Amino acid sequence: MLIKTTTRAALIAALALTTAAAWPHVASAETVLRIGMTAADIPRTLGQPDQGFEGNRFTGLTMYDALTGWDLSSADKASTVIPGLATEWKVDDADKTKWTFKLRPGVTFHDGSPFNADAVVWNVDKVLKQDAPQFDASQVGVTASRMPTLASARKIDDMTVELTTKEPDSFLPINLTNLFMASPAKWQHFYEKAEGADAKAKSQAAWTAFAKDAAGTGPWKMASFTPRERLELVKNASYWDKARVPKVDKMVLVPMPEANARTAALLSGQVDWVEAPAPDALPELKQRGFKLYANEQPHVWPWQFSRIEGSPWNDIRVRKAANLCVDREGLRDGLLAGLMVPATGTFEPGHPWRGKPTFEIKYDKAAAQKLMQEAGFGPSKKLTVKIQTSASGSGQMQPLPMNEYLQQALAECYFDVKLDVIEWNTLFTNWRRGAKDPSANGSNATNVTYAAMDPFFALVRFLQSSMAPPVSNNWGFINNPKFDELVKKARQTFDPAARDAALAELHAASVDDAAFLYVAHDVGPRAISPKVTGVVQPKSWFIDFSLVSMQ
Amino acid sequence: MLAYIARRIVYVIPIVISVALVCFLLVHITPGDPLVAVLPADASQELAAQLRAAYGFDRPLPVQFGLWLLRALHGDLGNSIATGRPVLAEVMRAVANTVTLAIAAAIIGFTMGILLGLIAGYFRETWIDKVATSFAIAGVSVPHYWLGMVLVIIFSVQLNWLPAVGAGPNGSNSWAWDWAHMKYLVLPAITTSVIPMGIVTRTVRALTGDILSQDFVEALRAKGLHETGVFRHVIKNAAPTALAVMGLQLGYMLGGSILIETVFSWPGSGFLLNSAIFQRDLPLLQGTILILALFFVFLNLLVDIAQAAIDPRIKRG
Repeated sequence: MLIKTTTRAALIAALALTTAAAWPHVASAETVLRIGMTAADIPRTLGQPDQGFEGNRFTGLTMYDALTGWDLSSADKASTVIPGLATEWKVDDADKTKWTFKLRPGVTFHDGSPFNADAVVWNVDKVLKQDAPQFDASQVGVTASRMPTLASARKIDDMTVELTTKEPDSFLPINLTNLFMASPAKWQHFYEKAEGADAKAKSQAAWTAFAKDAAGTGPWKMASFTPRERLELVKNASYWDKARVPKVDKMVLVPMPEANARTAALLSGQVDWVEAPAPDALPELKQRGFKLYANEQPHVWPWQFSRIEGSPWNDIRVRKAANLCVDREGLRDGLLAGLMVPATGTFEPGHPWRGKPTFEIKYDKAAAQKLMQEAGFGPSKKLTVKIQTSASGSGQMQPLPMNEYLQQALAECYFDVKLDVIEWNTLFTNWRRGAKDPSANGSNATNVTYAAMDPFFALVRFLQSSMAPPVSNNWGFINNPKFDELVKKARQTFDPAARDAALAELHAASVDDAAFLYVAHDVGPRAISPKVTGVVQPKSWFIDFSLVSMQ
Repeated sequence: MLAYIARRIVYVIPIVISVALVCFLLVHITPGDPLVAVLPADASQELAAQLRAAYGFDRPLPVQFGLWLLRALHGDLGNSIATGRPVLAEVMRAVANTVTLAIAAAIIGFTMGILLGLIAGYFRETWIDKVATSFAIAGVSVPHYWLGMVLVIIFSVQLNWLPAVGAGPNGSNSWAWDWAHMKYLVLPAITTSVIPMGIVTRTVRALTGDILSQDFVEALRAKGLHETGVFRHVIKNAAPTALAVMGLQLGYMLGGSILIETVFSWPGSGFLLNSAIFQRDLPLLQGTILILALFFVFLNLLVDIAQAAIDPRIKRG
């Protein structure tokens, strides 16, 4: 009996000790979110990421903040601009090229240095002021074109800064979401330690060192970086926005450019989250309990029409007919397995810049055929159009099958579509050169997808006549005085609500003019382990990883 | 022998310069903008010109080539346009990963290839030969990216024994020859090994069969030499040709496979080349091609020297 009691006591004691020993371990277990990106390399980490908006998503908005940010808290509403490192801003009443930004107090960079007006000026100069020590040509391309009118920055006091634009431009606060604030103190530290023949070489060495050990003000801090293999970020527990302090301790980003490899990595438990899983694996992913997320993105998959002399698209009846001849729902439900949203313009209903177009883009083959007949075409007299596209490319979705779908659909409305398939970078280069350039190979339309996050990217660069090549992306040389007038009006309207109304008017005018063949919006599909909770996929290219928890 | 080595090294110099010139010109004459990685499509003409000048792409091609070659001779291949990182460091890191993969694949492929080849050659026209030859044919016929995916589906997705992608566990910044790292190597190494395995098997089989049918083998047997001794002579006679074939295969493997490395997200030279091509990162593309070409040229040199050392007839020729 004594032995039995002693044994039981010993067992209870051992159990208690084991539990006590295990408890702190369980309580402090580190939560790690592992993500398979579509990028082939970790996007640049030094403040201005490359690789388009995937770069901003993973190494921009995680480690850095900008003066203004995106509201990513809702899956239902369009993402709009909200205060970031600036709490408020206003344009000068007397001189509309001058803006005052009030900065958020109490914010520090990851290295402990304070965020202030000097830091803002330093970060503007890194991409705009060529004689500044920190000027970095490699960061200019991905910055300057996203804020084409920003000219300079000036400190007013520690927490106030003045930004100047080349011309009155109400889009500035939206554009500024792309200018990420890196720590000047940390860079200076690397600059002083750098070796180099001259200041330029030292500056380059400092940026290279900074990229390996970066400091921003964002909700995630860089922990470890292995180029082309992985980036490990840890949560910034002292992030200024307490609601956005990450719930997960660590986030590991892994480049996986191949869709099947990403999917296999998710299925084998090597990662918890993949961007753009292989479409044919979706049923298996669902069956195994993985969660699939998709939402309309500010992204358009179009045909951008040539409007140069002699182009068949100069007849609005032909442009409208093409827009009415495509069964977008069929494309979505068939070829793309639900992974698109039919486009009825650049912005869809519910977006503040949608407006009220009178031309309703929908599938109406009879109406399309009637318009084509009015334009002089029919079953025995087809209209030949040549479209330039690529076999792959960023944001291009599935360009060849989608274009072949359009080819078949439009054939029923008396179009004879010829496809000119070229390499993605070559297509992209021609996008800058325009429809008149020999590299267009005589095409009447180009198929390059575009981001529609801000008014310049979404509308102005395509519709304003002065944005024709080589200035910007008005590939087809659209020259419509009404568009020019509305662009000017929107740019010079500084009340946000009135500016949105002006943009809505411009968008409605472009839809009424059937400026493009609007086909689809991408939906940013991602597959995520059921262990991951709290995911909100907004109507945006971006997503807030701070909200995510791990079970 | 020293004269032979010196002569072979001298031959290498014009090859290297030609390779450098070809890779420099190839990436410049293809359509597209060299600044596509950093220059958005809507960049203004002014910004494009500014960046073109900053990267030196506004200079005449011969000047660009001269400067590039001069810097390359000093070990400076410039910086990647996309990442800003030094090209040499990028390439060497990728090459190190590819070499790791190539070594593992060579061990598997050459061992299996030699074994199967010897067995098939020795037992020519028997069922053993047919089985071994089937392996060899399958090795060279099966698309290796497809095999890679099949292996991933079986061993990663279904059985969950091995990782599907990557080159090491989280938190690891460098390669180590321990199981935590090596398990990432197993599937890509097997996939990479199948082609050299097939080619080596077929070569060794043919050589073995050919040598065994020669008169001197009969003579050796007639003199009463044990079969093991005969086989030693067969191996010695087959070695120079087999070595040359293996050298070439190793060269191909060291060049990295874009498909295999992409399927397994293995950060080697093939993966790097893939990124460089898609981002049209000219300095990275040129640097990667140059280093890989140099690897190939020097590996051939080493194989030639090794062959000459084994077979004195070669250096006389």
